[in-house]
Amino acid sequence: MKGNGVTGNANPLRRVGALVDGARDWWEHAKVWQRYLVYLGAIVFALILPAPWIGTFMSPGSDWTTVLIYPIGTYILLAVGLNVVVGQAGLLDLGFVAFFAIGGYSVAYFATQYGWNYWATVAFGILLAAVSGVILGAPTLRLRGDYLAIVTLGFGEIVRITANNTDEIGGARGITNVPHPPDIPGVVEFALLPAPYYYLMLIAIILVIIFSVRLQKSRVGRAWAAIREDEDAAELMGVPTFKFKLLAFAIGAMIGGLAGGMYAGKAVFIEPNTFPFILSATILAAVVLGGSGNLPGVMLGAFVIAWLPERFREVEWLKTALGGKDPAEFRILLFGGVLVLMMALRPEGLLPSRRRKAELHEGTGGMGTMGAEVPGPDTDVTTTEAAK
Amino acid sequence: MSGARLGRVLALAAASSLVLAACAGGGGGGGDAGGEVTSVKIGFMGDLTGENSAIVIPPRNGAKMAIDEYNAKSPKVKIELVPYDSQGKPDQATSLITKAVTQDKIVGLIGPAFSGESKAIGGQLEESKLPSVSPSATNPGLAQNGWTYWHRVVANDDDQGPGIAEFLVKAKAPKKAFVLSDDQEYSVGLADAVAKSFESAGVTVERDKFAKDASDYSSTVTKVAASKPDVIVFGGYYAQAGRLLKQLRDGGVTATFASGDGSLDQQLVTGAGAQAAEGAVLACPCNIPSADVTGPLKEFFDKYKASAGADPAIYATEGYDAATAFIKAVEAGNTTGEKINEYLKTISFEGVSKPIKFKANGEPENNAIFVYQVKGGVLKLLGPAEEAKLEG
Amino acid sequence: MLDDFLNQFLPSTVGGLVFGSIYALIALGYTMVYGVLRLINFAHSEIFMIGTFTSLVVITAIAPASPLTGFALFGVMLLIILLSAAISGGAAVLLELVAYRPLRKKGATRLTALISAIGASLFLQELFALVIIPWLTGKPGRNQQSAPRIVDRDTVFSIGNAAIRTDHIIVIVAAVIMMIALDRVVNRTKIGRGIRATAQDPEAAVLMGVSIDNIVRVTFLLGGAMAGVAGALYLMEFENTVFNVGFVLGIKAFTAAVLGGIGNLRGALLGGIVLGLIENWGAIFLGSEWKDVIAFTVLVVVLMFRPTGILGESLQKARA
Repeated sequence: MKGNGVTGNANPLRRVGALVDGARDWWEHAKVWQRYLVYLGAIVFALILPAPWIGTFMSPGSDWTTVLIYPIGTYILLAVGLNVVVGQAGLLDLGFVAFFAIGGYSVAYFATQYGWNYWATVAFGILLAAVSGVILGAPTLRLRGDYLAIVTLGFGEIVRITANNTDEIGGARGITNVPHPPDIPGVVEFALLPAPYYYLMLIAIILVIIFSVRLQKSRVGRAWAAIREDEDAAELMGVPTFKFKLLAFAIGAMIGGLAGGMYAGKAVFIEPNTFPFILSATILAAVVLGGSGNLPGVMLGAFVIAWLPERFREVEWLKTALGGKDPAEFRILLFGGVLVLMMALRPEGLLPSRRRKAELHEGTGGMGTMGAEVPGPDTDVTTTEAAK
Repeated sequence: MSGARLGRVLALAAASSLVLAACAGGGGGGGDAGGEVTSVKIGFMGDLTGENSAIVIPPRNGAKMAIDEYNAKSPKVKIELVPYDSQGKPDQATSLITKAVTQDKIVGLIGPAFSGESKAIGGQLEESKLPSVSPSATNPGLAQNGWTYWHRVVANDDDQGPGIAEFLVKAKAPKKAFVLSDDQEYSVGLADAVAKSFESAGVTVERDKFAKDASDYSSTVTKVAASKPDVIVFGGYYAQAGRLLKQLRDGGVTATFASGDGSLDQQLVTGAGAQAAEGAVLACPCNIPSADVTGPLKEFFDKYKASAGADPAIYATEGYDAATAFIKAVEAGNTTGEKINEYLKTISFEGVSKPIKFKANGEPENNAIFVYQVKGGVLKLLGPAEEAKLEG
Repeated sequence: MLDDFLNQFLPSTVGGLVFGSIYALIALGYTMVYGVLRLINFAHSEIFMIGTFTSLVVITAIAPASPLTGFALFGVMLLIILLSAAISGGAAVLLELVAYRPLRKKGATRLTALISAIGASLFLQELFALVIIPWLTGKPGRNQQSAPRIVDRDTVFSIGNAAIRTDHIIVIVAAVIMMIALDRVVNRTKIGRGIRATAQDPEAAVLMGVSIDNIVRVTFLLGGAMAGVAGALYLMEFENTVFNVGFVLGIKAFTAAVLGGIGNLRGALLGGIVLGLIENWGAIFLGSEWKDVIAFTVLVVVLMFRPTGILGESLQKARA
């Protein structure tokens, strides 16, 4: 890593940014065996993550392994799914929670009403989510970014309210006694202990990551990048943009459905209130905060957003600073403040992909810039240079 | 106990044997194995800081008071009350109960306060053989899961709903009733029970429902006004009840308004305005002593006021009784979840709120409903539903 | 069913018009900011919430023993409307300064700005719940707060079986006056011309000597003030408010703005009224619990056939 002249800068995040860039440079030139070493390290790290000695620091207030499954693991899975839609294809989806709900309800409904096998219900949930993604996308994906945002938001609410008002799927009561995944005799038993669910979740996350990376590097991924950067140009170059946008929607929905199925298998009980609009907003925030379009960034963002509010509950010095008040009460306040601050200081996210970062600085990047954007005297050009 | 724990450790080891981390959770097995047990932990779970904490703080105070009284007698086995703030959220409850079982090793749980979180963790309580007594979860479905470790000391909404309906039929002899609810589980369940009970009493029933966060009820008010009912029953919480009652009265609807325990709060009166709220009838499986009570309730009133610094509010007596059930079990020499649960099956004592005795499915034997009415802007206890007389 | 409809149609229409007017006033703020900045100002719902609390504090301080009439009523209504407009407008300007201006200077994407807006929305809600409401009222911040009555619910006249009350008339008349005033400002004044020019082409506007920062500030001020007026009318009508009162209302108002054609002032008015009416009419048949589903379904259907809303987009063509 060479010094690149950012040391004099007052913004501490920029120095972190330089470090990130250095790491990425190394990664791009790393040999195959080096890369696999890193993958292996990451997997080993994930395997030992539930250990109690990590948990006592990470979540002193509640069971660490359970927290790792929900919210952390679930958020990561959802964020990876939403990243396909927002980060890769550049479509703004404010109702992603709908697919999470469809996956969850599929498992709960077909398992309790028809006694289907858990894995069958998960698979069917994924299918159902994909189909509803297409049904939602087909009429609306021709709309421009912001219209799509409000329509998806509306779709998320429609799904939640319909579930709430439909007695056939439990209405407001939700569905109780959702079965756990079946045991594998002699190997693993899915009951009260959270550890098996964690490893199941881990397997799902790894599979989804592999899937997502393969996609990104394929023709599909390149088509998405083209759409994201300039849809009209992509269309002119012969990319069937509508078809690829629909595909992004369906794939994102499938991952959301998978997350819902995993969630229902662990939670035993689901109700419409498990799927509020604010969850869609939170997952979107995770994607953008981490670095939209970059998988490690997105996962980091999801982790931070899931974990920080839990951690705030148990910070002793915060308790004293607040005069004995429970810091848990202030966690959403802090969360909101941190979002605003992060967007002002590092709008490209914690770990942006280089390509996306360049797009952002060119002012393209999917949804384009805000209007009335005229370079002022303090326009930030140094970041672009520092990145070089 | 050691058998169960060993089983759990084995299951855990098996579960994690495919990976390096065989150490996830349940690390410190058998710390208190052998020797005299000198103290046990009882948990209290509910929304202690969230939106509905007003309903959960009083039973917490009641439970704390009972346990403090017990510990002050320097008993052989002391009880430590461990609070778990679930914020009423099922997810939070799930991770907290895992910690309570695997790390804190509580032997009993007072709560969870609400029905949603009770549903979410009931199965876990069963699997980990941990008895629970809820002071305030009133959902009827909870007793129908075949759980043997779950109990409550309040009547459920299936008792409460008919309680309200029968009381109104007796007091007002209505021909037509309008049953309203918002879209929350408690609200819908209570409204269903009320409607069914009205129909079996030969009263015509019409219904409407609205979203819990809606602020304009004009379409609902229009429906009610068009139907001209004799009585209106709303199943739901006080925030919505207050807004609804105000808009109904503004819309010229004058029929008697009744609701259940979720609306039994002074905020109903402030939300609706004293004028609109006057005469509203509220039923509750809870017994809230007011300053003018006599006997054991008076004693409770004074002690509660001294320890909590406030008048007893909703479910304070029930919290006290739930804790007393556990105290009696521990006094009888039971210090494990299984033993305490066996004892709870046979327990029978005169609680502050009502006589406490559990049915096999965990429901209380005594399912008394108490009726309250708003008079001069305050809620007044009229008495048990069978005896209460409506004024005005 | 048809009987129900005939019986409930007129009263439902009145309710829909009243609430639709409040939707419309809030929608104006969304639409103006969107027109100029292409930004979904998610925190606008909190600006409305601030308006309701301003009115709550003022009314509680006046605390009339009985509902007001005549000149006193006019004076008090004017006072709460102006004060709420001023405080909400100020809050909106401050919001822009803190949450959006730094992003604008960096040329950040609209997605980034949207996340900042969501963050600001959560922050403001919690700030009120934890700090400001307890400080203002001395009661727990998450509780619903109630204000005394200032307007009597007298029926002024009836159309069929629909009673038109004093409070209904105040809401509708005040909303219409405010919208006409705003329309005048945007279409007839110099600053309004600046707003329209910026919405049309910011770069050209700068070349013509328009100060973008100024225009954005005025846009937020005007939009915020309209939300403040909506807050005052809401509080007068419903007499209750809570820290998250703006959340659902904001989403619906934004839906109204899109429905009418976002960026278009008259579209916001039309969208608000249409949304209020359709919700109430639909509720007659389906039940009030389906109101939100009805609203969003109508939105999707309208956008499928008219992708830019009923009246079409763009602030610069507001007169069309």
